[in-house]
Amino acid sequence: MTAAATSEPTVRPVKIAGVSTPIFAVLALCVAALFYGALALVGNEYLYFAGYVVLQFVVMATAWNILGGYCGYVNFGSAAFFAMGAYTTVSVYTVITDMSKTLVGQLLGTIPPPLLLVGLIVFAGVIAGLVGLGMGYLTLRLRGVFFSIATLALSVVLQTLVVNWDFVGGSRGAYVIRPNEFPLLPGGFIGYLFVIMLLLVVVALTVARGIERSRLGFGFAAIRDDEVAAEAAGVPTLRLKLIATTISGALMGMAGAPFPYYIGYLQPASAFGLEYAVNAIAMPMVGGTQSWFGPLIGAVLLGSFQQWATVSISSVLNLLIVGLLLIFFVIVAPNGIIGFIGDLSRKRRLAKLARAAIGDGVRP
Amino acid sequence: MLDLYLNAIVSGLLLGGFYAAVTLGVAVSFGMLDVVNIAHPAFVILGSYVAYIVNAKLGLDPIVTGVLVLPIFYVLGQAIYQVSYLSFERKGSDSLRGLAFFFGLLFVTEVLLILVFGVDYRYVEAWYIGPTLRFGFIDLPLRMLVPCVLSIVLFGALHLFLSRTYTGRAIAAVSQDPTALRLLAIDPVRIKRIGFGLSIATAALAGAFLIVIQPVEPSVGREYIGRIFAICVLGGMGSLPGTLIGAILLGIVESITTTFFGPSWAPAVGFGFLLATLAFRPTGLLGR
Repeated sequence: MTAAATSEPTVRPVKIAGVSTPIFAVLALCVAALFYGALALVGNEYLYFAGYVVLQFVVMATAWNILGGYCGYVNFGSAAFFAMGAYTTVSVYTVITDMSKTLVGQLLGTIPPPLLLVGLIVFAGVIAGLVGLGMGYLTLRLRGVFFSIATLALSVVLQTLVVNWDFVGGSRGAYVIRPNEFPLLPGGFIGYLFVIMLLLVVVALTVARGIERSRLGFGFAAIRDDEVAAEAAGVPTLRLKLIATTISGALMGMAGAPFPYYIGYLQPASAFGLEYAVNAIAMPMVGGTQSWFGPLIGAVLLGSFQQWATVSISSVLNLLIVGLLLIFFVIVAPNGIIGFIGDLSRKRRLAKLARAAIGDGVRP
Repeated sequence: MLDLYLNAIVSGLLLGGFYAAVTLGVAVSFGMLDVVNIAHPAFVILGSYVAYIVNAKLGLDPIVTGVLVLPIFYVLGQAIYQVSYLSFERKGSDSLRGLAFFFGLLFVTEVLLILVFGVDYRYVEAWYIGPTLRFGFIDLPLRMLVPCVLSIVLFGALHLFLSRTYTGRAIAAVSQDPTALRLLAIDPVRIKRIGFGLSIATAALAGAFLIVIQPVEPSVGREYIGRIFAICVLGGMGSLPGTLIGAILLGIVESITTTFFGPSWAPAVGFGFLLATLAFRPTGLLGR
């Protein structure tokens, strides 16, 4: 990067269509506020409960896509990063409740829960980001496949660690008691968790779109399209891949941090559930991996479907459907819904052009 | 103390022999054909369940069942390779989609097994599951010994096939130089299809061994992902002797870990092996 920066004059900045990133952030915030306002008007607390999960999946899918869609490196360990965030919260919470006599416990105990949660999200982001960086450093110098396999195994090993770690409840799990009241917002503390997750969605989407339009994003795309050529052209591939794993891991950890407050009782099996790993992949694949909009669409569609199906069909069956959808989209529509729609409109445009060129009379 | 150590090492050897059978398929598909089949453990579990059903309904020996269903798994493997070839390899699309495809297969198989059989542990009955041979203070449980010996037989048979026959050599060569194969009038796709069929067929037997060794439930397969790939990478990818050495090494270390730190730590060993190998010697022990 530095070398490129000093020899700048020859590189002309690329003009990119669309609004700039800060304006996008403001727009996203406005959309989020409108969405929240609409939900608050309905005033049904269940909507916050169900909506929280969908939003959480939007963050997970967007985070996965930063590495998977932009760089082409598949992370199968989304559940591990998510659980890392969740267990960060559990361990800090246990410090407060079980070690209330120590200075650290007392100090942390004085922080009001809503504020503590924000701190926890940042902390979880740092931890998950560092683990992502470490994993990447060990495996990303090799073929991408090895990174994928290592992430697949990472979930198993982290789960082993947590199961053997009595401080956070071991295999029994741990209680995190959610405060009942939150005076400022409707919906109590769940309403507050919903707002926090909505803000995380805005952050994740802004980061993803920001990356897409920056030098970083072009570097990622170069890696995805042809890593050897990118390296030869002077793209610092290893450094860029490490940046991508760190950002992606951090966002997943942040998505997991509020989860213990949401669920109330966290077990290793639920934090490391395979459904996080499969959804984090299926959602961008179904939506489309090329831009920030794909994971959003995929997560909203699949997430809402699962919220509906868990209640009305069965939770195992809906996981089966997600898995089948993943296989279906990978084979039939590899660029997701967005790519599919793009293809359709391109075809229609071409057909129109062809008709104009040949004249309508040729066609029956 | 000494007998504890010796017993841990002996049971590690037996475990390692079995791990070799589980890894065999991946050593062929990943190491030789360059198809990253992360769904392999799911097929192993599928093999376990087939052995379980036949054992429960007809009372047939699980390992005999494993041998009998080899052709079915072989055809299944060929079909899967054909789908993967037509959808990804032929179009030259990036490895991301192939990986996602196999991950989807892994997930769907596990969920299907949960839907049909639930999450209860299933086990089989056979004459060799109970008794134990004793040599002095060394125990050789037959339920470990039989799968281990048969694994090594399977290993030897496949090794002979791959190194001595025309088709076998073509399988070992196909990912290195498909063009050269074409020049010899061999269709690389057909060779890869055969190779992948063989790799899935080994899963049928490995699954039968697994359910002889321990009770099985659908998510057991996940623990094997780290193990299998750790062994495969440690062994130097396509090298079968390397795979056998890697499997026995992992078996022994895991067994010692289980003896001295408790069985709940065992799954972490494979991952440690994997990371250490990738970080320090990515070509594996016997890698080129």
